[in-house]
Amino acid sequence: MASKVKPRKKKEWSKKRKKDAMWGLFFVSPFIIGFLVFMLGPMLFSFYGSFTNYNLTSHMEFIGFGNFIRMFTRDELFWTSLYNTAYYVLFNVPLTAVGSVLLAVLLNRRIRGISIFRTIFYFPAILSGVAVYVLWMQLLSPSSGLVNSLLALIGIDGPAWLFDPNWTKPALILMRLWSVGGSMLLYLATLQNIPTQLYESAEIDGANAFQRFRNITIPMITPIIFYDIVTSTIGAFQIFQEAYVMTESGTAGPANSLLFYNFHMWNKAFVAFDMGYAMAMSMVLFVIVLVLTFINLKLAPRWVHYGGGSNE
Amino acid sequence: MIGTTEKTGAEKLNPPAIKTSFFKSQKNTKKMGNFFTYIILILVSIILMLPLVWMVSTSLKPMTEIAQFPPTLLPEEVQWENYLETINSFPFFQYAKNTLFITFFVVLGNVLSNSFIAYGFAKIDFPGKGLLFSLVLATMMIPSFVVMIPQYVLFSKIGWVGTYLPLIVPSFFGSGFNIFLMRQFYLSIDDELIEAAQIDGANHLYIWSRLMLPLTKPALITIGIQSFNGAWNDFLGPLLYIHEESKYTLQIGLQVFQSQSTTQWNYLMAGATLVLLPTVLLFLFAQKYFIEGMDLSAGTKG
Repeated sequence: MASKVKPRKKKEWSKKRKKDAMWGLFFVSPFIIGFLVFMLGPMLFSFYGSFTNYNLTSHMEFIGFGNFIRMFTRDELFWTSLYNTAYYVLFNVPLTAVGSVLLAVLLNRRIRGISIFRTIFYFPAILSGVAVYVLWMQLLSPSSGLVNSLLALIGIDGPAWLFDPNWTKPALILMRLWSVGGSMLLYLATLQNIPTQLYESAEIDGANAFQRFRNITIPMITPIIFYDIVTSTIGAFQIFQEAYVMTESGTAGPANSLLFYNFHMWNKAFVAFDMGYAMAMSMVLFVIVLVLTFINLKLAPRWVHYGGGSNE
Repeated sequence: MIGTTEKTGAEKLNPPAIKTSFFKSQKNTKKMGNFFTYIILILVSIILMLPLVWMVSTSLKPMTEIAQFPPTLLPEEVQWENYLETINSFPFFQYAKNTLFITFFVVLGNVLSNSFIAYGFAKIDFPGKGLLFSLVLATMMIPSFVVMIPQYVLFSKIGWVGTYLPLIVPSFFGSGFNIFLMRQFYLSIDDELIEAAQIDGANHLYIWSRLMLPLTKPALITIGIQSFNGAWNDFLGPLLYIHEESKYTLQIGLQVFQSQSTTQWNYLMAGATLVLLPTVLLFLFAQKYFIEGMDLSAGTKG
């Protein structure tokens, strides 16, 4: 078949390229259109809007850096929301990373019935949405909840969780820990690609289990740890729904203790319709996420070990 | 020990044999270790499953039993009518119908558009492809709220607020993560197949719809299941765009129900159980695809 086209190859080639270019653009055109209409366009509008006092209906006057100045100097709730979010990110990200690595290591054994445990460990991670929040409201209910009932059985007087400003954020962190299964699977897939020879030769050299974990497992999974930390930091920074559902509608918890960044932005945008200000906040969020990603990328070469076990 | 390690050392030259003999020879010494592993595995499993057992159990208890201490793990008196009561206390079936309607189109849109777009990225050469694909990856890093606020302005200006369109239409234009996932799958398919079809006179549209769609079924199911879950459990979208009670979805309905009956835990748990049920069933019957989706992304993200 190939010999048939050979004589006209050169001419055919450029013609084919042209045709291919048309087909290629045709196939990716939904993405291009979607990107322009639903992303780039709105974001550019938001960028301009952040310098105005836009309120969705009547006015959109240019006010320079007015929104940003107000945000950083006069809006105390802005700082509250930033503090709450930083608190959540700082505890949630390392805890879930450690939790999912430990569970993955635990599951990375070739023993009978391991696939059942794998399913069980992963199971909570597939559940999401309001039903999960409602379930945890019951689990954390101060009087009849499962958590405090269990604590009471061993003689501990549990906290009021969602009703105590000191315990609202730990409550959400605990809830998040329940569903570490997603990133656990990621780690597990990587662990299973580490060549067993590495462990065998380490064993011959007399390395104990902890040394093998410390010197083989951890270095081999650093690319995934890095990826996991980057994405979960970005994800955790955007926490909103659980706070919205698990507090009395729109109150952001006792003493604003669950007023996260996006919660504050939501209130500004869709409750007060202070769109210009909310857009300014969204621009700051964008910059924060970019900076966090950049810091992660800069720090990565110091501890991320590439090569070997990566399964590309 | 020395004997066994020497053996495995010698067998290194012959990799396939290592696994079996390695585990066989160490069977006895590992037995104790395995025992402790099982204990920890079972303990963690209990901790992780307890919330769900508790949810179902609470949904069947009378209120008096919920309030008593020490609590009962399983209901002493099973009240199936709690479920009837829950379904009747808000328009459950109406909301389920609305949710299914939205979910159906979101799944359709996601499966078709991502398969279509990824085919272009994986199987056709065109100028600017690399740059465009980095753009696809970059969209995954953009925080959703940054896009959501101006999107709301857009949809309110064209009169879509209050309709399902803002929830459905964007899914027909692909999403970064799914394009990425789908492209990975296409790359594992031999290009010769496409070349052969082209020589037979087939164009790309024909190749995509007749050859690729059936060949990529596992990836399509993975994307379908993920978007089903996404749409079924979406709370933010309906909260933002749907204000008419008759158009509510289950997520909104459950949230309203929760705020109206704050401590009626048996009804609330019954509601939560019912809303979670489709996801659970889907997981039990299509577990392979859940895991495969994760593995696919794990294999490529690294």
